[in-house]
Amino acid sequence: MSKLHVSTTVNGDAVEYLCDPRETLLDCLRDKLNLTGAKEGCGTGDCGACSVTVDGRLVCSCLMLGVEAEGKQIETVEGIADGDVLHPLQQKMIEYAALQCGICTPGILVAAKSLLEKNPNPTEEETRYWLAGNLCRCTGYDKIIRAVMDTAAELREAS
Amino acid sequence: MDYHSPASFAEASALAANATGITRFLAGGTDVLVQLRSELVKPDTLIDIKKINGVHDITRNADGSWTLGVATTGAEMSEHPELGQDWPGVVEAMDLIGSTQVQGRATLTGNLCNGSPAADSVPAMVAAGVTVTVTGPDGTREVAVEDIPTGPGKTSLTKGEVVSAVNIPARGENAGDAYLRFIPRTEMDIAVVGVGVDLRLDGDTIIEARVSLGAVAPTVLLVEDCAKAILGSTLDDATLDALAAAASAACNPIDDKRGTIAFRTEVVGVLAKRAAKIAYARAKGENA
Ligand SMILES: Cc1cc2nc3c(=O)[nH]c(=O)nc-3n(C[C@H](O)[C@H](O)[C@H](O)COP(=O)(O)OP(=O)(O)OC[C@H]3O[C@@H](n4cnc5c(N)ncnc54)[C@H](O)[C@@H]3O)c2cc1C
Ligand code: FES
Ligand code: FES
Repeated sequence: MSKLHVSTTVNGDAVEYLCDPRETLLDCLRDKLNLTGAKEGCGTGDCGACSVTVDGRLVCSCLMLGVEAEGKQIETVEGIADGDVLHPLQQKMIEYAALQCGICTPGILVAAKSLLEKNPNPTEEETRYWLAGNLCRCTGYDKIIRAVMDTAAELREAS
Repeated sequence: MDYHSPASFAEASALAANATGITRFLAGGTDVLVQLRSELVKPDTLIDIKKINGVHDITRNADGSWTLGVATTGAEMSEHPELGQDWPGVVEAMDLIGSTQVQGRATLTGNLCNGSPAADSVPAMVAAGVTVTVTGPDGTREVAVEDIPTGPGKTSLTKGEVVSAVNIPARGENAGDAYLRFIPRTEMDIAVVGVGVDLRLDGDTIIEARVSLGAVAPTVLLVEDCAKAILGSTLDDATLDALAAAASAACNPIDDKRGTIAFRTEVVGVLAKRAAKIAYARAKGENA
């Protein structure tokens, strides 16, 4: 089977890869670009561990084909920190101990960042609904929600 | 698997008409990729329709009707400033599908053509009188949404036919729609029962009505007897009971782990009443 050539942009960098049309964007990120931040929890759109943004839109990278990334702007968890400087969301997740095993964390970070870009002042209910597609089996969610709400408050003060 | 991304619907149709084996169109992929991965459906040919011009457009036409491109996502529908004012039931039904991530991809057309009897947007579209434009080898035709599904996973689309637009009627005066579903959880679940209602008033009296039921038969149903039960009424209690009875009578549900036949038959009546009340309040211009 012939492989397809894909040119796309990931975290601001132009990248290229060859993929089988069956391979998902998640497979391509992890296996071809060595960006292993996005995780495969379920592979069927249920858990959100594979969350990335495509042209600014939050999606599950397990529900998108690698070939569909052609010409798109992809953002993954690897692009959230500025070099060694953590993003406020990452900082707060640590402060609140909002992670244990960490499998869900990259997806939560990408999803929460996308929420705050759309809505800098979300209510707790809005935050919980926005993150309803990001499952966490460890924390019980409360610390995650508090970390996101507190980051939102801090970013509002800073701006 | 061959992957194609044609630049027009005519080309998409020709690719599908000439393909052998299993063909799927790729809109948001939230059904196609799940089926691919679980090896439920392994397409030989995948035709991505998202590179076709205008497939993300939401257009209000001069006569007040709406044309939606077939790759328009749930998120794009919810974010549109006016669509949800005209058709809150249709927009809310679409918005019930999956998570924020799924909303970023999922489409009305995919929900319809996947052929699930529990597809949330379909009863809302049927109640609203939505049609789809279908492009095939012999040109285009306009088909009512209720005529697309023919059974679980099956549609009336023939080889080489692709849905090329979604057409929502003009809202007009004194009218409102609503969609409600029952799920065992509050988010991320499949409808056990879904009900779409659309109605128009003259003063307090219902003069037009369409009622559609989901997840209670092999396909989404448009139920004439439900419409008859409320036509000419002001939606008083006796009318609501007659509506519920007509909805329960129209059911032909399955028994499964998510809901028994008895449960679905009962709940469809309850939801029909509630959805009718919301549509009625909306038709009166009240916030519901
Ligand atoms: C986590 C998760 C939660 C979900 N929750 C719900 C839910 O609550 N309610 C619900 O109803 N669904 C739900 N779904 C199912 C799915 O998201 C919806 O059915 C969605 O609307 C499908 O749209 P799509 O654009 O992704 O379709 P796709 O997967 O792209 O396509 C689906 C089908 O439609 C056909 N098709 C697509 N476009 C066309 C076209 N233009 N012409 C002809 N045929 C076409 C394809 O060939 C395929 O058979 C969920 C899915 C996931 C992964
Ligand atoms: S791996 Fe994509 S949603 Fe679970
Ligand atoms: S920290 Fe383990 S799944 Fe969330």
